[in-house]
Amino acid sequence: MVWYYEKKLQYPVKVSTCNPMLAKYLIEQYGGADGELAAALRYMNQRYTLPDKVVGLLTDIATEELSHLEMIATMIYKLTKDATPEQLKAAGLADHYVNHDKALFYQNASGVPFTASYIQAKGDPIADLYEDIAAEEKARATYQWIIDLSDDPDLNDSLKFLREREIVHSLRFREAVEILKEERNTKKFF
Amino acid sequence: MLEEIQAIDFVIVELNLYLDTHPNDFEAIKQFNDFTEKSMKLKIQFEKKFGPLMNFGKSFSNYPFNWVDTPWPWQV
Repeated sequence: MVWYYEKKLQYPVKVSTCNPMLAKYLIEQYGGADGELAAALRYMNQRYTLPDKVVGLLTDIATEELSHLEMIATMIYKLTKDATPEQLKAAGLADHYVNHDKALFYQNASGVPFTASYIQAKGDPIADLYEDIAAEEKARATYQWIIDLSDDPDLNDSLKFLREREIVHSLRFREAVEILKEERNTKKFF
Repeated sequence: MLEEIQAIDFVIVELNLYLDTHPNDFEAIKQFNDFTEKSMKLKIQFEKKFGPLMNFGKSFSNYPFNWVDTPWPWQV
């Protein structure tokens, strides 16, 4: 057994009102290129061939991203559960409704399905970690753009928590790069 | 009570990631172990009142098997 499920969110998710339009934007962080699914799968997969010194970090951040994925899912669920088909249509979610009803789907805000080509594993530790830093910065920016569009104070509280987590992850990945550089400099080649 | 657990577990996550890149910080390790103990104790109390938090043998069950009971996290 590898991962255990805990019946709780990492941080509370409240929404003020039914708002399918906001749910449509949030799907970007569910199944989009810089979303939580992409992040979790990227780090979990890169771990296997990275140097031992950073495997713990990748394992832990990948795991935290899964908890963020569930927070995003909870936001989308709560924002749409009481919506009528007419409200979904007005929010631009008619295309979603005819295919999925109110079920969640791994896609971005424009309805493009998730693809593994969003993420890379290069086998080169520095290349992989630089991608991870960039991914965190892109996710942070996406959270900011969603907060800018949102007028739901309860939702924004949870989104700001997630935005701050991206900053911490980015910092930890930068430290991981320094750890590997240091290790490289102390290696003797002769 | 759930919010208290969430707060404590967040401290643990944050210390864990910090220690992943600062494994020699003795004070941080003390805090990590401290909060881990707090979290474990609080979860035992929580589970007595509200049922199991975890699956696959990380929590005990009542009769009938109450892992499957609502609410799930997105229903809270």
